[in-house]
Amino acid sequence: MLQKIAFLLFLLPLISFSQETVKGIVVDENNEPFLGANVFWFGTSVGTTTDVNGAFSLEKSSETTFLVVSYIGYATQKVEITSNEVKIVLKEVTNLKEVEVIKTKKSTEHSLFAVTNVQTMGQKELLKAACCNLSESFSTNPSIDVNFSDAVTGNRQIKMLGLTSPYILMTEENIPAVRGASQAYGLSFVPGTWVESIQITKGAGSVINGYESISGQINYEVLKPADDIPFFLNVYGSNDSRYELNAHFNQKYSDKLSSTLFIHGNTRIGKNDMNNDGFLDNPIGKQVNILNRWQYTDAEKGLVSFLNLRYMNDEKQAGEVNFNPDLDKFTTNAWGSEVNTEKIEISNKTGYVFLEMPYQSFGFQNSFQSHKQESYFGLNQYNIHQKSYYSNLLFNSIISNTKNKFTTGLNFNYDVYDEQVALNFTQDFSRIDNSIGAFFEYTYDNLDNFSLVAGARVDNHNRLGTFVTPRLHLRYNPWEDAVIRASAGRGKRAANIFAENQQLFASSRQFSILNSDGKLYGLNPEIAWNYGLSFIQKFKFLGKETELVLDYYQTDFQNQAVVDIDFSPQEVLFYNLDGKSFAKSFQAELNVELMMHLNLKTAYKYYDVQTQFQTGQLERALQAKHRVFANLAYETHIKEKGQQWKFDFTYSWLGKQRLPFTATNPEAYRLSEYAPAFAVMNAQVTRTFSSKFEVYVGGENIGNYRQDNAIVQSENPFGAYFDSSMIYGPVFGQMYYAGLRYNIK
Amino acid sequence: MKKIVVLVLVSLFSLTAMAQEKKSKNKKVEFTVAGNCGMCQKRIEKAAFSVKGVKNAQWHVDHNMIHLVIDETKCSKEDVAKAIAAIGHDTALVKAEDAVYEKLHGCCLYERLE
Repeated sequence: MLQKIAFLLFLLPLISFSQETVKGIVVDENNEPFLGANVFWFGTSVGTTTDVNGAFSLEKSSETTFLVVSYIGYATQKVEITSNEVKIVLKEVTNLKEVEVIKTKKSTEHSLFAVTNVQTMGQKELLKAACCNLSESFSTNPSIDVNFSDAVTGNRQIKMLGLTSPYILMTEENIPAVRGASQAYGLSFVPGTWVESIQITKGAGSVINGYESISGQINYEVLKPADDIPFFLNVYGSNDSRYELNAHFNQKYSDKLSSTLFIHGNTRIGKNDMNNDGFLDNPIGKQVNILNRWQYTDAEKGLVSFLNLRYMNDEKQAGEVNFNPDLDKFTTNAWGSEVNTEKIEISNKTGYVFLEMPYQSFGFQNSFQSHKQESYFGLNQYNIHQKSYYSNLLFNSIISNTKNKFTTGLNFNYDVYDEQVALNFTQDFSRIDNSIGAFFEYTYDNLDNFSLVAGARVDNHNRLGTFVTPRLHLRYNPWEDAVIRASAGRGKRAANIFAENQQLFASSRQFSILNSDGKLYGLNPEIAWNYGLSFIQKFKFLGKETELVLDYYQTDFQNQAVVDIDFSPQEVLFYNLDGKSFAKSFQAELNVELMMHLNLKTAYKYYDVQTQFQTGQLERALQAKHRVFANLAYETHIKEKGQQWKFDFTYSWLGKQRLPFTATNPEAYRLSEYAPAFAVMNAQVTRTFSSKFEVYVGGENIGNYRQDNAIVQSENPFGAYFDSSMIYGPVFGQMYYAGLRYNIK
Repeated sequence: MKKIVVLVLVSLFSLTAMAQEKKSKNKKVEFTVAGNCGMCQKRIEKAAFSVKGVKNAQWHVDHNMIHLVIDETKCSKEDVAKAIAAIGHDTALVKAEDAVYEKLHGCCLYERLE
């Protein structure tokens, strides 16, 4: 080496004498010149950069005849120089991250790098939903099925992988939010404008948030005061006489302390009965919902803390149009229902990151919630008051290096239920549940194409006993732009059979619990295993960005609190599973960017959900086996002052659904065995006038599809056959709405 | 008993505190490593992580710096630089051998450091 250098030094004067130069130009495939491309002799530090015209000149090297030319985002070229004039063409590299950044952000992202099958719905996606709360924000997402609201309560349940929301862990910034008493209506108590983003994880979730998740996890992030704009206003109105108002006021007290006051109010005053069955199609009522959120951030000390104070009061009235609560409550004059809910919540979370070690942190979450529901449905009464305290302490760090990370911690949960049921029997189900658990989750990432998350937790619950919950997730990138994921995990939960099945109260069914030796309403805890496989491939088809997503998930119940409405149309039975119960789901999704700003999402979903009921192994009722979904979104270029048009159209088709057993009813009160297949279309147009102001109009169920006989025996709601819970399609026909958003930045 | 435990803990802490003045278990270091692309990034970070005591390694293609957190009782930044140079990338501390450099993928042929 030294000799070589000495030799070179000796040659140096000779070279400077010869002064031979190479002149060249560097261009891309479209012959556009590069400014600032690197040009240098191979294996040396002798080089230059190109000028505005892509031109360079470089003295010839005695060491090599190879020239290397590079530019970020383009494949580096090594060229042998045989003449004094040269033209070098660089080809674009599409898999480089630098290129991806320039593209407009998609409204929903499927990650290629996260270990779990998680997709994030950003604000852009959330704005596509017509209205107005969390339960309605999934209408443009194929992974979540939104059920049609039941005819009386107007409540919308969501499903994932063919299982209803109690099997989905719903968290607000990773604190369990919709659980226990709030299971039925909880999502409608979160106004959509408060939400910053939603993360949907399919399959077994993380052990960090508990043992209850079975089919997946939905987490939503609330707007952060430190990043929020000073003022936001949203006003909404629709032809089914629903009005909503949202106002956010943000104040930054210092560079560390900030707070936002969120005020939400909604009301429905007009009584609608589009199908002339004497019953309101949607409940009337009002809601006041206030959240005051504080954020304290001290970046120098590595500290972030949030404090949320929340109060909500919601009143709903449903039933017959002529029902007057003051006169007719608990009488057979007219059938009516009222559901009044009051919710108080105080929560805090604090995170501390070690400044010396950015990969090491502490987190401490605490939440106190009081959820009080007082309600009646005709002559059935249901009151529940849940007071709960949740606490979670987490510690994140690494094992030897950041390829091996772990999270460990403890959590504690305490629930006081005051639950009074007055149906065909009257019983006080008040109780105290508590649990304490410890968890450990290990994450391995080879920083290239493989990662793994393995977690386990041990919990002690006064009713579920002491048990272990294992969860495993794997991710592998077999080739470019593709990812394979696998997951497996166990979930265990205490079913709140009444709170979760409130729609059944709006019927003449007799309730009975067949088991009596279990610790939860006489029943045993629900236990299920969930396994899943998913594959994502991104590619270019005819030059269009395309994404193919395939996934298959299976949930097998070892025990389930079976809700049987098929034994008799006059009964609801609750009992421990004796036999098989499973949910298999397959989903194929194809998303194409047809043109700049024109995106098409399509999905086909297949569900096979079966349970062993008293009368045999049956398909779950009110569950379509086949579903098709399509969403077309177009937006124009944003002009100087922010002016823009946005168009969004969603089509969903549901195949036939099995209806609950009604064959023993008199002929007039029988339903067919299967509901017909049908389609629903929604559309929305948004016009942004400036970065401050926009208006939107839209329509839901434009095709005006309506379920006939939504309520069985609606003419005599105190008769033996009355049932308003067998809803497979929209009850209200076409619905149109308009609204505006105004903000000060 | 409690007092003894507290005493032992306190003395242990003060010992580690003293030790940290000399050799930190979480020392942040950075230096230049030449490279061009995403492939380089994977190769460089992999080499850095192969050194025992490297807790975190992030190399940035835009400014060619590697940011490390190392346990100084187990390795030095020179050790990491050597490991990176050994797979063909010049660093501000140690240069790669020509033979290794020449075998790099065509896309990774960076401009050598002086």
